[in-house]
Formats: sequence, structure tokens, C-alpha cells
Amino acid sequence: MKEKLQKIREHAIAEIENSEGLDRLNEVRSAVLGKKGELTAVLKKMKEVAPEDRPKVGQWVNETREAIEAILDEKKKAFEAEALRLRYEKEKIDVTMPAEKHEKGNLHPVTQVRNQLTDIFASMGFEIYEGTEIETDYYNFTALNTPDDHPARDMQDTFYLSPEFLLRTQTSAGQIHVMEKEKPPIKIISPGKVFRSDDDATHSPMFTQMEGLVVDHGITLCDLKGMLEEFARRIFGKNVTTRLRPSYFPFTEPSVEVDVSCFECGGKGCRLCKGTGWIEVLGAGVVNHRVLEGCGINTDEYSGFAFGIGIERIAMLKYGINNIKLLFESDLRVLKQIDD
Amino acid sequence: MLAPLSWLKEYVDIDITPQELEEKLFSCGFEVEELTETGKDISHVVVGEVKECEPIPETHLSLCQVDAGEHGVFQVCCGADNVHTGGKYPLALVGATVYATAKDHVTIEGVMKIKKGKLRGYESHGMLCSGVELGLNEDLYPGAGYNGLLVLPEDAAAGTDVKPLLGLDDWIFDIAVTANRPDCQSIYGIAREVAAVLGKECKMPALDYTETDIKKEGFTVSVEAPDLCPRYIAHYIYDVKIEQSPAWMRRRLALTGIGSISNIVDITNYILRELGQPMHAFDDAYLEGNSITVRRAGQGEKIVTLDEKEFELDSSSLVICDGKKPVALAGIMGGLNSEILDTTKAVTFEAAKFVRDNIRKSSRALGQSSDSSAMYSKGVYEYTTVMAMKRALHLVEELGCGKISSTHEEFSTGNSIEPQEMKVSVKRVNGVIGIEVPNEEILRILTGLNFSPVISGDELTIQVPAYREDIDSYPDIAEEVIRMYGYDKVIPSFMPTAKVTMGGLNAKQKKELKIKQALCAAGAYEGIHYSFFSPSDLDLLRFPEDAKERHAIRLVNPINVDLSLMRTTLVPQMLHALAGNQKKGILEGRIFELGNIFIPDELPLTQYPDERETLCVGVFGEKESFYTLKGFSETVAETLDLEFTYEPAEKPFLHPYQTAEVFCEGEKIGYLGKVAYELMDELDMRVPAFVMELDLRVLSQWYAKTQMYTPLPKYAQEKRDFAFVADKDITCAQIENGIKNACSYVTDVKLFDVYEGIQLGPGKKSMAFTVVFTPREEEFNSEMTEGFVKKILKNLEKDLGITLRA
Repeated sequence: MKEKLQKIREHAIAEIENSEGLDRLNEVRSAVLGKKGELTAVLKKMKEVAPEDRPKVGQWVNETREAIEAILDEKKKAFEAEALRLRYEKEKIDVTMPAEKHEKGNLHPVTQVRNQLTDIFASMGFEIYEGTEIETDYYNFTALNTPDDHPARDMQDTFYLSPEFLLRTQTSAGQIHVMEKEKPPIKIISPGKVFRSDDDATHSPMFTQMEGLVVDHGITLCDLKGMLEEFARRIFGKNVTTRLRPSYFPFTEPSVEVDVSCFECGGKGCRLCKGTGWIEVLGAGVVNHRVLEGCGINTDEYSGFAFGIGIERIAMLKYGINNIKLLFESDLRVLKQIDD
Repeated sequence: MLAPLSWLKEYVDIDITPQELEEKLFSCGFEVEELTETGKDISHVVVGEVKECEPIPETHLSLCQVDAGEHGVFQVCCGADNVHTGGKYPLALVGATVYATAKDHVTIEGVMKIKKGKLRGYESHGMLCSGVELGLNEDLYPGAGYNGLLVLPEDAAAGTDVKPLLGLDDWIFDIAVTANRPDCQSIYGIAREVAAVLGKECKMPALDYTETDIKKEGFTVSVEAPDLCPRYIAHYIYDVKIEQSPAWMRRRLALTGIGSISNIVDITNYILRELGQPMHAFDDAYLEGNSITVRRAGQGEKIVTLDEKEFELDSSSLVICDGKKPVALAGIMGGLNSEILDTTKAVTFEAAKFVRDNIRKSSRALGQSSDSSAMYSKGVYEYTTVMAMKRALHLVEELGCGKISSTHEEFSTGNSIEPQEMKVSVKRVNGVIGIEVPNEEILRILTGLNFSPVISGDELTIQVPAYREDIDSYPDIAEEVIRMYGYDKVIPSFMPTAKVTMGGLNAKQKKELKIKQALCAAGAYEGIHYSFFSPSDLDLLRFPEDAKERHAIRLVNPINVDLSLMRTTLVPQMLHALAGNQKKGILEGRIFELGNIFIPDELPLTQYPDERETLCVGVFGEKESFYTLKGFSETVAETLDLEFTYEPAEKPFLHPYQTAEVFCEGEKIGYLGKVAYELMDELDMRVPAFVMELDLRVLSQWYAKTQMYTPLPKYAQEKRDFAFVADKDITCAQIENGIKNACSYVTDVKLFDVYEGIQLGPGKKSMAFTVVFTPREEEFNSEMTEGFVKKILKNLEKDLGITLRA
């Protein structure tokens, strides 16, 4: 009996070793271990074995089964591994071939900068007020301390729509609407399109400004400087310093131009800053008391500062865009480049 | 404004370098836009004394031995006709730079470097120069206009640099003066600032002169328009000798961009530059009626100005008239009829203040301008008007070009030209700045600016000079103090006294941003276009005459007609953008714009128009279709948690069968469709384009919609697919609605296939839908579902003649 089992075992092992695939392996399995298999046949004949030998024979059969099964499993795993390897090999690709992209889409560079600025000022407690593009002469000029014969009217060539209505030349027009409606404390920024009759490489008849206005107790030039320094660091980098220099706007007194140290060369002088180490980024000042009084704000109690930023200018500086016109042509080659 | 350093030095002892002065001016509010040395292109040119001069045979050349002092003696070939032994001329050494001239010896053609050369076999080590080659002319240096060598003075030392000798070491400051400081639109005005910033004295120009007893008897000045001319001064000069003005005056005028004409005219121009007061000189022989009247012009009144242009005037312009006729266009230009000629024997000088606004508007309306009108438009102060006449008379005397009569007629509305006292609180001044500027500093600064300050306790009393009309209250004083004290002394702070405020976007701003971001995520790029467009854009879109889009606001003064209307739709510029990209070879893309359209109530405007936030999406490319664009509309709907419906529609610029109007809760919110082929042709578009416009103003009513969670269904949903056969004209929406209306448990209907084929019969199509039934209170059993299906099929058949496909 023992020899017979030994034979079955050897035969099965040889068959397993010679099998060339999973199918053959399954055939071997059922030929030996299946219901009609050789080993099953041995068990079926157990009643022919003497009762006292039965446990021993049973044990031999089990040992044989386990041995064959172990080899079968081992072989099976080998076949499966090989099959997987082949499958992978067949699916080999050229990873350097071009990607199948789907367009990402992005916001306009001006919107991106506008959002960056909005985020910065919103975090400092500013609300966003959007005025109208069409304004009256009163809100755009007169209420901003620029009466009809004022020379500052010549500073900005205005598009008129009627004797009374015009395209706002500055988002400062929004200041007055806000101050007429609200009482201090006021902290707003007012981004929007503005218009001037200018048309060349650095001027577009339409561009975007962002006005900022703070009115509260004891607001001074020092506060203006402090806030603008913080703003400049957040938008241009933490090593940037700011410089105020005297200027003139009818609705602020004193008025300043604000320069930031050149973020390209760190102030040593380069092409971007035209060798000066400084870049002009915005105009600002302490709100003229006449403007506040005109809006019914008591200047014995309150004071304020205002600033105006040209958003295209910041976008052009930040991203090195050399012609403002490019921003309004919707050339996809331009629009796709900036996704900050 | 141009200010030569040498001229400024006449009033202020400037002991710093031009570059240091530039910094100082910058710090106190006067940006120097350009700082140029007069001889910036000239180098290594020295005084050369010709020791020997032999003609070179058969040429016009001379061979010279030129002594250049410490530099040596050089052999130079020279073609000028005025070279002679013993003469002193500018010698450009080898390596020097001078201007290259054209064959006419006058036109400058760039800068050249002098090299060793050989002429007709003779070596030449350098070049003897003409005035033009050094960038000079007759006004800048007498004799420099001669077409030959520039003759240097006999006492010039051989070998010394010619630049100081010829004024080529001077510096010109081109200064930007802000609109509030017209008093600084002059050399003297800038000198006052320079003196203040350097802490030096500013010397007053000489104003003294002697009047004779001679009078122009009966001469009168009357001003009929005192609102436009608050001060008018006339002074009669006789025994006038018209000659060339002296070299120093011509040079100063030339350095500030004015060509010399004659002594009398040059004096008026000199004062314009020196003091910022326009003046005029009339040839007295041509003034009739022994009077001057300043009045508004009559309707249709004519005048020919000095430049021989004729103008027809109306009452908006101011004229200066003699007893019979206009002789000058006030503040803009004199009349040809009273021009100063070589034969002029007597002159009436005018110094006047005309109001800024009138000159500016008149100059614009007539299209006539001059240095005078430019100055008046910026602003002239009566203080200067008075000073200017004195200065002019002084210069007449100094130049000896006439005698000063005692006929001095002065009209004034009584404005003071004396300093005005003003009192402010020191605390208030410092309160503007935010730091405490020490009292002694305030006093020092304001003294330097001629405000004669006195501080007593908190009270600062100043005397504001009459040329500082810009100073009218404490912030102005604060500005004067800080610009001189230094903006670098401002200490940054962060609103320590202000209340804490909440910042951030409001609901509308947040939603708009969300819409934009959703469109980007769908592969679109944001564009921004001008708020104005062209009338031709309305024709391009084939709007009928009475279309609301044609009711657009017109710009009174557009840059050009293409930018002359406020847009009433965003589509035209979107189409131009799509076409523009195609022209550049980009054949697919998606662009959106969120901007305002402008809807006026009536025209011209009498009230604010409606600025409606509008969204426009444009897509183009072979892969795009009506449905890809519709996807963007659905993106907007999903972003706002809304449901849009669509109905076939027509637009004159869109495909007649691929256009739909978009609705939300029954309200029309916009439209979308394929761009019509006629427009594609007109715009040279090569690939199909689709465009959508949505009215965000209407949509904004739902911006505040709150987000609520819908619990997941408790029981399993049932899904059924149906393939229907329907008439071709039946729409997807009709079937969808038919299904939904038939059974309230239907929660979703989705088309997944459309098929047309002969086996369906003519005029038929098959549409396949997946319908989702969602149970509410209890689980569905098969009976219930079958019931729903039966009801749906029955309704579709009854209402739309739809059957199940066999």
C-alpha cells in the first residue's frame, strides 16, 4: 500500500512539474485529488484494508494528499506570477509620449491680483464696495475737492457721457457714496474699472483701480505708512520696504506717492526699477478734511487715509507683462500663462 | 519744467552736486524726470591754439600744428575757411566725442569718436570743431552758428577743457511740478523751494527801474470782464531800440527751449520762464484809440494771431482790444496786427491775470495754444503779475532797449497780493502726520518757506505768501512741514486708535467669484474687455433698428468711433476675441467674461443707468457643440443650486435651429446658441463658435439661497430604461416633463440615446431614457412600479403620441 501511495505521489509530482499551464495543473489536480482521482480511489478502497492498519494507511493517504497539494499550490502561484508578469509586459507604454490634458482654465491676471489684494485687505478688516462705472461729475470730481476750474481735472482726461455723467476716472468716486451712507468706523476697498482718454503702450482707455479708505478716530499718516508696509510685504515679499514721497491729489492732504524697494534686485538697481532701486506702486494720502466735511463727517472727531492702486500695474510688475493692451485682448496664449 | 542749474544759482547759493540737488528736490515733492548735462555727449575737447597753418596744395584743406597745452602739439588737417595761425579753436583730441554732422554742417547725425586719420596723405591727430559739432547754436554761444570753426576767446588757455568755457558743463533739471503748485512753474519758483530745502537765502530778482516824466496822455485801460481778468497792468515804453538781446539772456532762453527773437520779445519770454508770468508786448504804433479794453469777444468777431492763423470767436473767449479792434487773444497769443517789428519805436507791455478755466477752455475750443496759455491753464498768481511788470521794466532799463514812461495803468478787482495771516493748532498739524515734530523744526521749515511763523502755546500763526494759494488750512501746513522734515521720519503704526472691523466679501461678491471659479474648472479662461464698443458691433450682430441693444449710451468724446458706445451686450467683444484667437492659429478654446452692460433709461442720461452684471461664455473649436456650451450653463445652475430650462429661440446673430433661451423658475435669464455662418464669414472664423449670455442680475435673486441637506432615500430606488418612438418634432424636454408629470415618484429622467432610422418610419425618432423612481414612505413592490410605468406610457401616448419601441 505504502508503495502504491509512493507511486501516486511520484507520478503526480512528475505530472505537476511537467505541466505547462494552469489548465494542465487543474487536470492533474482532479486526476489525483478529484472525486474520481487516484488518491480518492485509494480511500474508497479503505474497507479492504485490515481494520488495525486503517489509521496508519489513512495517515499515509493524508500525508500524500498534503504533499501533492503543497506542490500544486506552489506551482499555481508560479504560473499566476508569470501570467501577471506577462500582462504587465504587454501593457508597456512610452511614458514620454504627450499627456492627454484637459484645460485647467484660470482667472484673468487682473482678477487674480484683485483677489490677492482683496484677500489681504479683507483680512485687515476691509469690506469690499463696488461702485458704478458710470458716475456723475459731482462724485468723480466735485465731492473729491476738485471743482470745475481745478487744474487737477486736466490730470485725467475724462470721457463724458453728458454734461453731468461721465465714466469714472478713479475709484475714489466710491469713497463719497460710502461716506454718505455709513458712519465711521469705515474700512473699505473699492476695486473696479476706471476710464481715461489715454491710449498707448503703457496706457489703456480702461484699466482697473482699487481704492482704499479708512475713516476712524485718530487716523494719521503713520497709520497709512504702517498699513501700506504690511500690504507691500504681503504682495511683493517680506523683505520689501516702502518709501513715501510728496505728491498731490486734490482729495488727500498731505498726498504721497508710495514706492516699494525693487523686488527684482532688492534695491540695487535693475531694469525693472530703471536703476533707481524703487518702484512706484500707488498714490495715497490723508483724506482732505473738506472731503470728509462734505460727507457730513465731523473732522474734530474723525480723520482718515485713502489710497489708490492700479491693478494692471501690479499685475504687469509681478508677472513681467510688458504691454497693458495684452490684458484686454483675450489672447488665450496670454491668458493661459498666469495662474498664480 | 526745465531749470538750468546756472540760472538757479543766480538766486540760491547751491553748493551741492546736481545729483544731490535732484535728491533734495525729490524728497520735498519735485521729481526730477530728467537730469542732463548740457554737454553730455562732448568729451576730451580742449582749447587748441593754431601755431602753424599751411594750405595743402590742390585742396581746400589746411595742415595745422595745434598747441593743446599739457596735452601736446598735434598735427591736424582742417577744412574750415576761418582757420589761421594764432587762432584759438576747440580741439577734439584723439578719443574725444563730439557730434557728427551731415554734409550741410548743420544737421546733427549722432555722436562720433575722434580717431587718428589721414587726409590726402597727411596724418591728422584730432579735429578742430565748429559750434554745431559741440551741440551749440548762436543763442547758446555767440559765434557758434558760424559755418566754420568756433572761435574761442583770445584769453582762453591752450589745453584747458572747453566745456566750462562754452557752458557745456551746465545741468538741466526737467522737473515735474504737481498741479497744486503753479507757483513753481518757473525758475524763481523752483529757486524758492531749493532755498527752503537747502536752508539758504533766496535772492529776489532785481525789480528796480526809473520812470521818466514822459506820459502817453489820455491812455486808459478798462476791463469789461473782471470775472475773467481780475488784474491787468499796462506800461508804456518809448524810444525803443529793437536789437538782439544779450548773450546771457539768449542762452537762458535757449536752455529752456525758447528761440531768441528780439530784445523786447525776449524780455517777455524771459519773464515767462523766470517768474512764470506770461507777458505780452504790443507795438504801440498799431494800437488805435489810445485805450486798451479787455472784454469777451463778440459773436463772429475775427482775429489773426502772430502765427498768421485766423480765428472766428464767440463770447466764451476773451480778447484784448485797442480803441477799435481786437489786438490779442487774451492769454493765448497776440494779434499779428500789433506784432513787434524791427521798426517798432514804442511798446505797451501787458502783464495780466486771466482766470485759469477760461484760458484752458478757450485754448481747447479754438485749438490754439502757446507757452502763455499753458501757463495760464496751470494758474498764475496776481502777486507774480505785479512783480513781473516791475521785472520787465527793470530788464528794459538793464538792456537799454527803451525808456520807461510814467504811464502805468493798472486794473484790479482788489485781490490782495500781501501775505494772509492764518492760525492753526500745532497739535492738529502733528495730528495729521501722527508724529510730534519739534516746534523748533516747524519754525525752521516754515521760515524757510517764507511763512514767518510764530508759535505761542499750541497756536501757530503764519503769514501765507500770496503766491501760495494752495495753503488754506491745517493739513496743508502739515504737508509743508512733513515734506521738508522728511517722510522717512514717519513711523509706521497700525491704526492703534481704530475700531476692529469685520472685513470680507459680501454674498454677491462670493457668488460671482464662485461662478468664475466653476467656469475655470470647466476649462474656460477669463477675459476682460472694454466697457465700450463700436456701433458697427451692433450691425455685426444684425440687431434690427428698434432692438433694445441699440439704445446705448454714447460717449461725448470717445478716442475713436470704435470705442464710442457703452456696451449693451457682452457678445460682440467675445466674438472678436474668439475670432482674434483663430486668426492667431488657435483653433479651440473657451473664454468667459463677467462684466457690466449699461442700460439707460433715457438718452442723454439724466439719471444713473442700470449697470447689469452679465456673464458671457464663448467656446470655439471642432470639438465644441451647442451641448458643450450648454454644459457651461448647467455649471452655473449647479454652482447656484438652481435648475435651468431651455426653449428653442431665435437671435439675429445665432443659428436659427441651434439657439435656446434659458429660464430659471419661469424667468428668462439669457440665451445660448451657435454663431451664425454669416457672422463666422464676416469675422473670418474657421471653426464653429458658440456663445452664451446670462443676466446675473436676475440670477442674483437666488444668490442668498441657503444650502440644505436632503436625507438619503431610506428604501432602494428603482431604475427603468425606456426606448420611445416619437415624432421628430417632439423635444427631449417634452418627454421629460411628460414622464415627471405622470408620476410623482420620478426623481430623475436622463436621455441616454437618440436614434433615427428607416425602420422607425419617416418623421420618427427613437429616444431612450433612464427613469429613476424614489420611494418615500414605504418600499416599492413590483405592482407599484408596474403601475407607475403604465401611467407614464399612457400619458405619453395620449399627450404626445409616443409609443414604446418594439
